[in-house]
Amino acid sequence: MTELDKKQIGVPVPADWAYARLQERYGHFVGGDWLEPAETYTTISPATEEPLAEVGQATPEEVDRAVAAARAAFENGWSGLAASERAKYLFRIARILQERAREFAVLESLNGGKPIKESRDVDLPLAAAHFFYYAGWADKLEYAFPNRRPHPIGVAGQIIPWNFPLLMLAWKIAPALAAGNTVVLKPAETTPLTALLFADVLRQAELPAGVVNLLTGDGRTGAALVEHPGVDKIAFTGSTEVGKAIQRQLAGSGKRLTLELGGKAANIVFDDAALDQAVEGIVNGIYFNQGHVCCAGSRLFVQESIYEPLVEKLRRRLETLRVGDPLDKNTDVGAINSAQQLAKIRELVASGEEEGAQIYQPPCRLPEKGYWFVPTVFTEVAQSYRIAQEEIFGPVLSVLTFRTPEEALEKANNTPYGLSAGVWTEKGSRILWMAQRLRAGVVWANTFNRFDPTSPFGGYKESGFGREGGLHGLEPYLRFDE
Amino acid sequence: MTRLPVKKTYKLFVGGEFPRSESGRTYEAEGQNVARASRKDVRDAVKAARAAQPKWAGATAYNRGQVLYRLAEMVEARAGEFAELSTGREEVERAIDRGSSNPVAGPYFNFTVPEPTGVVAVLAPEEPPLLGLVSRLIPPVVGGNSVVAVASETRPLAAIELAEAVATSDVPGGVINILTGYRRELGPVLASHMDVNALDLAGADGDSPELERLAAENVKRVVHGRADVQSPWEIASFLELKTVWHPIGQ
Repeated sequence: MTELDKKQIGVPVPADWAYARLQERYGHFVGGDWLEPAETYTTISPATEEPLAEVGQATPEEVDRAVAAARAAFENGWSGLAASERAKYLFRIARILQERAREFAVLESLNGGKPIKESRDVDLPLAAAHFFYYAGWADKLEYAFPNRRPHPIGVAGQIIPWNFPLLMLAWKIAPALAAGNTVVLKPAETTPLTALLFADVLRQAELPAGVVNLLTGDGRTGAALVEHPGVDKIAFTGSTEVGKAIQRQLAGSGKRLTLELGGKAANIVFDDAALDQAVEGIVNGIYFNQGHVCCAGSRLFVQESIYEPLVEKLRRRLETLRVGDPLDKNTDVGAINSAQQLAKIRELVASGEEEGAQIYQPPCRLPEKGYWFVPTVFTEVAQSYRIAQEEIFGPVLSVLTFRTPEEALEKANNTPYGLSAGVWTEKGSRILWMAQRLRAGVVWANTFNRFDPTSPFGGYKESGFGREGGLHGLEPYLRFDE
Repeated sequence: MTRLPVKKTYKLFVGGEFPRSESGRTYEAEGQNVARASRKDVRDAVKAARAAQPKWAGATAYNRGQVLYRLAEMVEARAGEFAELSTGREEVERAIDRGSSNPVAGPYFNFTVPEPTGVVAVLAPEEPPLLGLVSRLIPPVVGGNSVVAVASETRPLAAIELAEAVATSDVPGGVINILTGYRRELGPVLASHMDVNALDLAGADGDSPELERLAAENVKRVVHGRADVQSPWEIASFLELKTVWHPIGQ
C-alpha cells in the first residue's frame, strides 16, 4: 500500500446524514411564519452535487413583505421592549444553538462543503458565543456609550456570504437585535440551509414574530433588499466588487452602511520565528475552510535567509492534509463551495502558471463527484502577478520573499485591500513595530485566523468599513442623540 | 491723504506653500480675485497630503495636540473673527479613544487601537465660511489624517486667512491643504480620486448622490458633516480600528 493509499483510507463515514433533518422544500421566514415562495431553486451539496432541498428565490414582492413584517415588529413592541427582556431572547438563542450544535454543524458541512471538524469546533461555538456576548450588552448600552443616548436605527437589511453561513448570520443578527433593531437577512445563494434551520431556533426561543425575517435567493434578492425604502441600514459581507455596487446603489439614500469585503492578507515570517509554529499558522491561514476566508493569509512573505527550509517544511506539511468528504471527522480540506467558485480558482491558478510562478500540489486523490481543489503553493511569485494581487478565495498560497522589515511592510501594504495580516517573529518590539505599520484591521502576531465575539473585526481601504465584534460592533446598529 | 493699502493676492494652500492655480484661472468672490483650482491642483494637493500623512500620523497624540494648540494661537493672533476657533479642541484626542483591550475567550492578549484613515477630502460648508471649514477640517487632522479641503465658494477669503495661520504654525506642510474654486468642478475630482480614503460632504448640497457614487470606486468612508457640530465623536468618522492578537505563553 502506498503512502497515498494509506492517507486516503480514512475512517468510514456514515452514509446517511439524516441528522440534519432536511425538509424537501423551504419557504421564506417572514413575520414568524413560513411564506410559500413564488419562485424556487435547488440547493445542493458541493461535495456530491446531490440536490438537498428546494428553497425560495425571493422576489421584490416577498422582500417587501419581509421588510413590512420587520417594520411592524420594530414599531409594535421590539424597540420598546425592556432591554433586559431583549437580552433574554438573545441568551435563549445562544443556548438553543449550543444544544442543537451537532445538527447545525452537520447541515453546515453538508450544504457548504466545509470540514465537519471546523463547523463543529469553530462555526458553531463562535456563533453561539456571539449571541451570548451581545445578549450581555443589550441592557448596558448606556454604559457602553456613555452620554451619547443610544437608540436603535430601525430595520436592518443584512446580506451574508457562503463561507461561514451560520457564523455570519450570528455576527449580523446578534448585535442588531441587542441594539433593538429588527432584521431582514438574506443568506448566500449556495448556503441557505442553516439560516432556514435557524428559523426553528427562533420558534423555540419564542422570539416575537417579525423581529427576524429570513429570505433566500441570489443577488437579485439582495439588490431588492438594498433598494427597499423601508430598510434603514444595510450590512453586507462579501466581495469587494459587490460591496462597491451596493455603496453606489445606496448613494444619496441616507441609509447607513457597513461593508466587510475582500482581502489579500500578508502573512510575514521573519528569520527568528518559531518555524514549526509558523508553518502551522501558514497552513491554518490559507487552507482553513478551503481558503474561503476573506482574511485568509494568501500572500506569504518569507525572509530570504529562511526561505528554503520554510518552503520545504511547508511542502511536507501539505502532504499530510486530507482532502475529501466534509462529513468525515478526519478531513482537513473539504469541498469548494460551488462550481462557479471552483472555476474562478482554476482560472486564477492557470494565470499563475502562465505568468511564470512555480506550482506545487501534494499527491492527492480527489473524489469523482463534487467540487474539489488540491491545496496549492506557488513559489517564484512576483508582486505583479494576478495570484499576488487578486483575491482567489481558495486553497492557494503565493510565496514571496523579503530582506528587511521595511521591505516586508512595503510589499504587504501594496494592495488595495486591508483586512488582515500576520507577523511571525520572536522579537516583541518588532511585532509591535510591524503591527503599527501594517494597514489592516486585524493583525495576528504568532497566530492566525483567531476570532472572538469581543474582538472587533473589519477592514481598511477596499476591505470595507465598520467593525463587527466587540463594543465597536454595536455602533453601526445605533444612532446617537448628541 | 489716506494710505493706499497693499492689496493681497488670494492663492491656494498646497503642501505648505501658496501657489496660484496651475490653470492660471481666478474668479471673483467677496470683491477679490480668488484662485480657481483645477483638477490638476486637486491631484497635486492629494499628492502633498499623502506625502505628509505618515509622519503626521506617526507623531504622538501629545505632539499633535501641541501643534494644533499652536495653530489656535496663530489664529488668535490674526483677527478677532478667528477668536471662536481657540476653543481648545486639541484636547479631544484622548476623549475619543475608542481603543480597548478585548477579553477574548482564550490565551491571547488582544487589543484595539484607533488609527487615521489616511487622506481626507472635505467639501467645507458654504456658511459659515470660517467656522464651517474649521469644524470639518480639524477633526480628521486631530486624528492623524491629512486633509484636502475645498473652501466656501462664495466666501473663500476666510479660508485663505486660515491657511496663512496654518502656514505660520507648526502644522507640517501638506497636512492641511486648502483649495478655492468651484465645488461643482472640484468635488467630483476629489470623490473619484483613488488615493483619497474618506470624503466629508458637508458642503456638497445637491451633488451628494453623485459624489457618493463616485466615492464607492475605492470604498471611501463618506461623512455628511455638519457645520455646527463640535463633538469629539466627529473624529471617529476618520479613524480605523486595528485589532492585534498575540498568544500568551511561557
